[in-house]
Amino acid sequence: MRAFSYERATTPEAAAAAAVATPNAKFIAGGTNLLDLMKLEIEAPTHLVDVNGLGLDTVEPTDDGGLRIGALVRNTDLAADAQVRRDYPLLSRALVAGASGQLRNKATTAGNLLQRTRCPYFYDTNMPCNKRNPGSGCAALTGVSRQLAVIGGSDACIATHPGDMAVAMRALDAVVETVDAEGATRAIPMAEFHRLPGDEPERDTVLNTGEFITAVTLPAPVGGRQIYHKVRDRASYAFALVSVAAIIHPDGTGRVAFGGVAHKPWRVEEAEAEMPNGARAVAARVFADAAPRPDNAFKLPLAERTLALVLAEAKE
Amino acid sequence: MTIHDMPKGRTDGAVRFVVNGKTVNLTLDHRVTLLDALREHIGLTGSKKGCDHGQCGACTVMVNGRRINSCLSLAVMHEGDEITTIEGIGTPDALDPMQDAFIRHDGYQCGYCTPGQICSAKAVLEEIRQGIPSHVTADLDHVTFSDAEVRERMSGNLCRCGAYSNMLNAIREVEAGK
Repeated sequence: MRAFSYERATTPEAAAAAAVATPNAKFIAGGTNLLDLMKLEIEAPTHLVDVNGLGLDTVEPTDDGGLRIGALVRNTDLAADAQVRRDYPLLSRALVAGASGQLRNKATTAGNLLQRTRCPYFYDTNMPCNKRNPGSGCAALTGVSRQLAVIGGSDACIATHPGDMAVAMRALDAVVETVDAEGATRAIPMAEFHRLPGDEPERDTVLNTGEFITAVTLPAPVGGRQIYHKVRDRASYAFALVSVAAIIHPDGTGRVAFGGVAHKPWRVEEAEAEMPNGARAVAARVFADAAPRPDNAFKLPLAERTLALVLAEAKE
Repeated sequence: MTIHDMPKGRTDGAVRFVVNGKTVNLTLDHRVTLLDALREHIGLTGSKKGCDHGQCGACTVMVNGRRINSCLSLAVMHEGDEITTIEGIGTPDALDPMQDAFIRHDGYQCGYCTPGQICSAKAVLEEIRQGIPSHVTADLDHVTFSDAEVRERMSGNLCRCGAYSNMLNAIREVEAGK
């Protein structure tokens, strides 16, 4: 790990200002992903801004009947929150599908959104990776791609967003709230928060330098059967090969977002008109532009069949 | 911005926290993890370093009543925290019921992962009692003890000797004894 200076921020604006003032500074909250990457020198901040003292750790109702989730609410607490369990069970289910009990006790809502990919070539510092070292190339394109993206990738990167929480939040139409060093706020729909890699795979999200996430808001509850189904290589504590976050109403209409398939939670709203017609019809629209590799082509039938399972479960 | 940028400020700092009931004052390089502070600076070598990346759980300790991976946490971020390690859970002369059950059920072979397993096992029972749901919880509003719940909740603690079934027996007995 490289040496770094450290400060404890006292307000979100001060945290943002500190991050802007020091080139190569990072916020740290739970630290469960950042410290892992710092030990490998994949991340090498010269300054850490500890944001754990800022509060932002409550889940509160909003004026329009939704919820505001503080950026520092821990994954365990969000999954166990009574309002979330009752009105947004999709979010609880996605959270407990991820990581381990120890990690969920530390990991925060904002940090979960900002976690980096687990592409094996991003982690292997002996290999080229445009996300880790822009311009060095992408070893994944001709490498082992079992875990990697089947849609939305580019010639520069086929990494996936590894999380579960963001997939549920995408289906729930969540909005990310931020503040910058000048105190200006911004509300970013989850659909726009994570980027596709394009020719700048080093940028995972649309956040600007120093822009600080203060909360994630959920609109009023939409009801329906809410099911998160994660398919992975072992029964627990593994990243998704494919995950499905679905909200299904009694008349068969609904919403669905897919995890493990792209650089961001993958949802195609126009395809949701096909929900009453079954998984094959939905998947055909959602994955119309898929470009799988030989190692991960299985994800396309797997995604369709996982959705079929979820649709069948919703009818029970 | 390159990986070789040098920090402009101090790269060490002071921190005070409580370990197993005793207040500890340290000045540490910012890079020192809680695990390394416990083992190398305080001399509590019960917490183990396995993978050092949060994947194996050998470093599990309790912080303010919750289990965490001490390898993925910086010591300087624990100002004012109350930390309990395996040394604070029980001693050879006064074993915690979970330690006693692990011994009687042979819930280990080499023993390296055991301190983390015991910290996690105690936390798992508490998390179930608090109604915190898991991936295998059928009804998010009714969390109850079961073998499946223990297996799922212990998945962040690896045992390469494979003593899992005996650990489950130990945990089940402690739960039943309450």
